[in-house]
Amino acid sequence: MRHFETDKKPTSGGALGKSHYHDSAIKQVCGSANYIDDNPEPAGCLHGYPVLAPITAGVITAIDTSAADALEGVVRIFSAADIPGKIDIGPVFPGDVLLTDKEIQYHHQPVLFVVAESHDIARQAADLIVIHCDESKAVLDIHQAIAEKRWVRPPHSLQRGEAERAISEAKHQLKGELTVGGQEHFYLEGQISLAQPNQDGGLFVQCSTQHPTEVQHLIAKVLKQPFHYVTVEMRRMGGAFGGKETQGAPWGCLAALGAYHLGCAVKVRLARTDDFRLTGKRHPFYNKYHVGFDDDGLIDGVDIEVNGYCGYSPDLSDAIVDRAMFHADNAYYYPNAKITGNRCKVNTVSHTAFRGFGGPQGMIMAEQIMDDVAAALGKDPLEIRKTNLYRIGRDITPYHQKVEQHVLLDMIERLEQDADYWQRKAKIKDFNQHSPIIKKGLAMTPVKFGISFTVQHLNQAGALVHVYSDGSIHLNHGGTEMGQGLNTKVAQIVAQGFGVDLDVVGITATRTDKVPNTSPTAASSGTDLNGMAALNAVNIIKDRLTAFVIEHFDVSDKVVFADNHISHDKGSLSFSDLAELAYMNRISLSSTGYYATPKIHYDREKAQGNPFFYYSHGVALSEVEIDILTGENTVTRVDIYHDVGNSINPSLDVGQIEGAFIQGMGWLTTEDLQWKPNGELASAGPATYKIPAIGDTPAEFNVTLYESANPEATVFRSKAVGEPPFMLSFSVWSAIRNAIHSVSDYRYAPPLDTPATPERILQAVTAAEQWLLDNEQENDND
Amino acid sequence: MIQFLFNGMPIKVEKCSPNRTTLDWLRTKKGKTGTKEGCATGDCGACTILVGEEVEHSGGKSVWQYKTMNSCLMLLGNVHGKHILTIEAVTTNIHAGLADLHPVQQAMVECHGSQCGFCTPGIIMSLLGLYINHKSYPGKKTVIEALGGNLCRCTGYQPILKAAEKAFEYERIAEPWSAMACRFSQQLIDETNKGKIPHLQDGERAFYIPQSAADVVALKAKHTTATFVAGATDFAIELNQQLRQPQTIISVSQVAEFISFTETASEFQIGAAVPYKEFTESLCQHYPEATELFERLGSMQVRNAGTLGGSLGNASPIGDPAPLLIALNAQMNLQSSQGTRVIDVEDFFIGYRKTSLKENEVISKIIIPKRSESLKLACHKISKRFEDDISTVCLILAVDHRNNVITSARCAFGGMAATPARAHKIEQQLLGGKINATTFIKAGEVVERDFSPLTDVRATADYRLAVSKNLLKRIGIEFSQASIARFSLATTTVPEAPSPISTRIRHASL
Repeated sequence: MRHFETDKKPTSGGALGKSHYHDSAIKQVCGSANYIDDNPEPAGCLHGYPVLAPITAGVITAIDTSAADALEGVVRIFSAADIPGKIDIGPVFPGDVLLTDKEIQYHHQPVLFVVAESHDIARQAADLIVIHCDESKAVLDIHQAIAEKRWVRPPHSLQRGEAERAISEAKHQLKGELTVGGQEHFYLEGQISLAQPNQDGGLFVQCSTQHPTEVQHLIAKVLKQPFHYVTVEMRRMGGAFGGKETQGAPWGCLAALGAYHLGCAVKVRLARTDDFRLTGKRHPFYNKYHVGFDDDGLIDGVDIEVNGYCGYSPDLSDAIVDRAMFHADNAYYYPNAKITGNRCKVNTVSHTAFRGFGGPQGMIMAEQIMDDVAAALGKDPLEIRKTNLYRIGRDITPYHQKVEQHVLLDMIERLEQDADYWQRKAKIKDFNQHSPIIKKGLAMTPVKFGISFTVQHLNQAGALVHVYSDGSIHLNHGGTEMGQGLNTKVAQIVAQGFGVDLDVVGITATRTDKVPNTSPTAASSGTDLNGMAALNAVNIIKDRLTAFVIEHFDVSDKVVFADNHISHDKGSLSFSDLAELAYMNRISLSSTGYYATPKIHYDREKAQGNPFFYYSHGVALSEVEIDILTGENTVTRVDIYHDVGNSINPSLDVGQIEGAFIQGMGWLTTEDLQWKPNGELASAGPATYKIPAIGDTPAEFNVTLYESANPEATVFRSKAVGEPPFMLSFSVWSAIRNAIHSVSDYRYAPPLDTPATPERILQAVTAAEQWLLDNEQENDND
Repeated sequence: MIQFLFNGMPIKVEKCSPNRTTLDWLRTKKGKTGTKEGCATGDCGACTILVGEEVEHSGGKSVWQYKTMNSCLMLLGNVHGKHILTIEAVTTNIHAGLADLHPVQQAMVECHGSQCGFCTPGIIMSLLGLYINHKSYPGKKTVIEALGGNLCRCTGYQPILKAAEKAFEYERIAEPWSAMACRFSQQLIDETNKGKIPHLQDGERAFYIPQSAADVVALKAKHTTATFVAGATDFAIELNQQLRQPQTIISVSQVAEFISFTETASEFQIGAAVPYKEFTESLCQHYPEATELFERLGSMQVRNAGTLGGSLGNASPIGDPAPLLIALNAQMNLQSSQGTRVIDVEDFFIGYRKTSLKENEVISKIIIPKRSESLKLACHKISKRFEDDISTVCLILAVDHRNNVITSARCAFGGMAATPARAHKIEQQLLGGKINATTFIKAGEVVERDFSPLTDVRATADYRLAVSKNLLKRIGIEFSQASIARFSLATTTVPEAPSPISTRIRHASL
């Protein structure tokens, strides 16, 4: 393992720590940033579309394709029998079938694949095919799945201390449960792939995917070919959020299947409604807790059970439920803990990665516990949160990793001060006393999020850097660009490394033939992994150039790369002149770079280890209003401190924080996935599934970067930022609960499942009203 | 044949499928892929374009006005005579640098307003519409109204809100497109006055865009099964989602008689094909209580294209205008070769998506009476999201009173039954009552006798009933200006108190 000098030096050429625009920003505002469907189609390009099962569970008895066969423009209809290699494209464990020929396990599961001369004809043909089935009873209820132990993977649990004894011996005990809703990714660019034969008998595939290597491998396996047969390219995605980590692959495989058999280009693009129906979502969860605590709200022990609705197959659910378990503590120390995670099998599409990867669904339990404990003791929830924070001496997680960086108390205290927590709290209490219909709520919640893939081998990355003889630089790495600005950040790192201006670095599409065996761009790891790999490549080339300069100019090893120049004892020359000179003297100007995250390990048998390299932190304070007649609600002010280490690009980091927060707010409020009793997705489009709109942006929205160098040796001591701020949105949910709490004069806090739609809020308000009535009556009887 | 101006280029089209959308034409026929398809249902705004229309100036001078629309919902035939502007026209330099950009583009770059960039062309077009139609920054509320139909999944919108303001801070640049359009309109007049109805033809299938009511009636007599559209903001969704292939489409969106709007001393006469945006300002000056209802109806793109005639003809149980029209006792004109039939909007709906429109009839006009001085009107829409969402429950109540005693009540709901419908039991309960909270709370208690709503993707039946009752309670408080110190949902008595209370939440962004 190579280690690096990673501290941020005074910037040269202004590459690092500056808010450079996203590399594609100008193209994006001009409409000239092309996504896969925007490129001119190859001549003779055909279009494919999946044919979908009409039931939720059962077996296929007969298929009638006659109407589709008769449709002009239909070229061929493929079935599972046309797949030369593997039918199962499960990314980690088997279970995801590309086309089913017998068993149907969820509504709209793909059965056949039609290829036609146009997208419209392919869709029409797919609609005309009749699939006859023997229907069986579907399992859609998670409680049934739990009772019958229907798992896609075996349960796992974390244990530290003696939870049961600690809870029973504690002064106070509480129990609670929570149903947590799922979430549709709603990337604006839907799933799409284009496969075309190349001149050497292989396939060139463009796929909107976070994981080009996996798409490459799966296509090769489906077609029974070596991996080198397939090249996957990905320039940019129109959003992904985890929804293109595994969910892009089936469409790449189907396009490739068509191209393989027909010898011409085949494109597959899902219509939005089918994108909703056919791709996995954030897992809904059903969770329970039992907690014991003392008079100060200090927790003695917890027993938490998290149950993920995994859908019909494992997909990534094992790691997702693991991450839910790893985050059921959030930022709080549980001296005694038992945390169990079940992976429940139900007849829906297989749920998948989504920003936070199960973390949010586990972490919300910790926040519910804090609020419930505070309500039970009649204390302020923020005090309970502060009391239970990890700190020195109280720093071992339920998975036995030691928490070493303790910044949250400082972040909370600063935000308390800067955003007037206590004054506003008092004002709101007064407002609520005098406002019968509109109630305000306020809540501050912290986030501690573990960074690294919990699947250890994924924590590696590669890069490829060329310096051309004119000094311009070509950068390629294994990460994918989905809007987060990864290419911009890695280019800044390379520019900083060579001491040149950012525009010297050219960015190129991610390709499996440039950097092989890559990991998905996921787990917030894009910059940590690929930035470090690129920096490694830069350092290798710099070492060669430095050695060359020392020898060529006969100077000491004090060779400095800065301000587009290389200076040494006897003078300096421009970077481009050095590149030319080095080339003429036969010095290699190209290198790969590689990085593997150090220090991490996890023993699943013992449920102990250090699954995370470090933690990212954040704190958010949200103020809301609710209408207790209708349950309508609004977020009026949000203040955030978020820890990004040394920021490589502050504006891109703030963009991730703001965007993640609003996406989390949507998950917890308006985004309401609904399935019909027969198992068909009811909210199958943006008309019924509502992500936040522009008017939902809080009127006041302050985001401040808490810049403190990462104590771990990450690239320039920065921190991952993609996922952690998503969970800052718990402050909204908690503030809504706080507003509802006021209905009972802060005496009874009803549970609030998510998403907290107007309907759920009204239910909770009614429960609080009822409690108050019952309670007042009892008092009257006294 | 139809003719239109596309960016700087005059276009003539004759052979074309009647169900082709402008988005599809741009992307597949012209290779202009800057305009994106995000949903093909008009919900995301990624396909937003500007549509220019010639409007008569008071001085008789012809000017062009540009409005945002969803190109996925705009049937190509409806583009006849218009000027469509796409993202490719905003900056023509294909190797543009920051200095070459239009102010709205520059502001979006400088505010980091794009991340994945897929929604960005649509956002730029909505910002451009805002820029063209306002000389200076019009304020956050107007920005939200203009961009409520543009979804962004990456940024959380904060940088976009900032960019909307910043665009007006640079040196203002003149709009070059209407001059092109004026030249085009001269050419259009020269070429089209040859008596033929503009149309698209694809074998036996056709799209007609007649310019007069007489032509509409004649066409309908000839093509009895033809589908009528105006803005087609709903019909195009069916075409895109259910892949329908209608034989004949007749668009009334340019029929002179159907696009006239008249305000008289006693009523508003709104042509069936007048887009919402063209009449709601006048209507809401008279009925300010309905302002929010129209602000929340679809998105700006939909309000610029959608019409009352389309909404009523579509007979959706959840369309927002119908309950308002019923509560205000509006009427509609149905025109056929036999003449014009006038019916109450209330009587138009006869079942789920069924109307009393006869096969040879077309909706030509909606007539909304003006209010009596003592009329009290309340309009409430409940949905999961504030912007661009369909009502879970829409409640409109119009009551008149003498000496604080209710003399008439018309209460109409959307989302509670198979059609937009009156709540007769609630009305009876209100009649003769005093205008105070208790009267309305009591009226709310009979809502189950009027309706047995469904449980669906938007809400359960229980919520619909509960919220209907609570909305009547709110209306009672608002109408009686009752001010209350302590107020419990579980009780029906409302004590009086000195200061007015706030009954509505603030809109998040404002």
